[in-house]
Amino acid sequence: MTSATVQPTAPAGQSAVLRGVKQGASILLAVATLVGLWEGYKAFGSWSGGTWPGTTRDLPVPSDNLNMPHSYDIVKQLFEPVTRRADDTLLVFLFKSAWFTFKEALLGFVIGTVIGLGLAVAMLRSNWLERGLVPWINVSQTIPLIALAPLVVTWGKSTFLSETQSVAIIAAYLTFFPVAVNGLAGLKSPDSEALELMRSYASPWSKTLFKLRFPAARPYLFPAFRLAAALSIVGTIVGEISAGVQGGIGRVVLDYAGKYSTGPERLYGSILAAAALGLFVFGLITLVERVLTRGQGVSGT
Amino acid sequence: MTLDSSTPAVKVHAVSKTFNAGSSESVQALADVDLVVAPGEFVSLIGPSGCGKSTLLRLIADLLPTTSGSIEVFGKSAAQARIDQDYGMAFQSAGLFDWRKVAANIELPLELMDYSKAERSARSSEMLELVKLPDFGDHYPWQLSGGMQQRVAIARSLSFKPRLLLMDEPFGALDEMTREHMQNELLAITAELGTTVVFVTHSISESAFLSDRVVVLSPRPGQVHSIVDVPMGDRSDDTREEPEFFEKATEIREALRAVEVGL
Repeated sequence: MTSATVQPTAPAGQSAVLRGVKQGASILLAVATLVGLWEGYKAFGSWSGGTWPGTTRDLPVPSDNLNMPHSYDIVKQLFEPVTRRADDTLLVFLFKSAWFTFKEALLGFVIGTVIGLGLAVAMLRSNWLERGLVPWINVSQTIPLIALAPLVVTWGKSTFLSETQSVAIIAAYLTFFPVAVNGLAGLKSPDSEALELMRSYASPWSKTLFKLRFPAARPYLFPAFRLAAALSIVGTIVGEISAGVQGGIGRVVLDYAGKYSTGPERLYGSILAAAALGLFVFGLITLVERVLTRGQGVSGT
Repeated sequence: MTLDSSTPAVKVHAVSKTFNAGSSESVQALADVDLVVAPGEFVSLIGPSGCGKSTLLRLIADLLPTTSGSIEVFGKSAAQARIDQDYGMAFQSAGLFDWRKVAANIELPLELMDYSKAERSARSSEMLELVKLPDFGDHYPWQLSGGMQQRVAIARSLSFKPRLLLMDEPFGALDEMTREHMQNELLAITAELGTTVVFVTHSISESAFLSDRVVVLSPRPGQVHSIVDVPMGDRSDDTREEPEFFEKATEIREALRAVEVGL
């Protein structure tokens, strides 16, 4: 007997495929829109002679091929050798550089996440610590990263840290923040009945933390992880540039910016690679979240 | 410890509770409450909102400290009874953990008590049978209706076979028909296991149907106004239509009215 009914389970396989197709289509649409705007602006500029129609006022960005190379020229450049003597195409070179940056960023993400979660747990445990730490955590993000980066590298050199580890620490400086702030909110999110239930089981603080508070914090933590992942790339690139680290995408962007007049397509290519790297880590975290919360019907995405 | 039948399941003696004592926002929730619940007894706490019935339940559960007076559960302090896991608890919201499957929710207290994996899964299957959801162990809570979720919450509260069940309006969010089903089943389950129940409700018919005794509380501060005996023996759906049931419901209603006007 039962007066209750079971809600039908969503046909997971089918909807996942459908969702994938929809997502792919929306990404294609976004790329196509971007390319359309780019080429449209260029066409508009060459039609009007680089000024607003009927005036002598210049367009905000010159639409010539040096300042705005054609999108197909950028793509074509990706498949040219990176230097005259090199075997690698620009695409492969950018991929290798991005991989180098990814490894630094991953280390930065891990360090930042561990510190962020540690701070969140410490602040949860002690109101006194929370009151003391919150202002410092907020102030930390008002210091421009670019001002701090050379200092970290200098310190790193005088210790056991390698240059890439210093860069990871610079990235961690950005990534710990969303994890700490959202982590604390998430750890505090269980309602009073859930906490009373754990107390009724005489559950020690640590077990309540791992069996209730951390799982309940997931809807807060995953958005923070996604943001932290993207920030880890930003922090790593800033760190690479200010530390002068060779091999990463940050250095490549800097190099190609210097050689802009002889090959603007390469700079745009390297910027695309950096953007793709950011999207990649963002997607990676989303994938991990999907796998971890499969079937639970509570995922925020 | 061994327990002879004369040791009460719950003994509340001269208990008062004041929130924010000593400050300007101090609120006296309970004043000088006495209550004895015998083993195997089903006792409901009823009263207007603000009468402190949920507070009293939380004091028995040692989720809140008393301001004065003493509470014994099976002859020991409420704190010791909580540590010894002498009671299970169910709230108005089922409060299932949405990241755990149904069986894992039922096994949560067993995990905390270090039962082995085999014992846990045997116990959760047994409990799912008991609450008539044998095929739902692998479902997630969101796949269940409100009534089914509340059954899982009851299975969870009983999974370690506590001798006492403390329930805070567990059926308050359910529709009338589901609610009556759940009442029938709760009585069948607690009779089978010999569980003592302290049950907070604001429903007159629910308290009359379920209880051996109904404790009517008056508000601000909460005090025991009267206790209505409901000696109706075994209950069934027919009980709800018997004259005696209506008489008892009327008696409870009149006590509540007296409370409202401050008699």
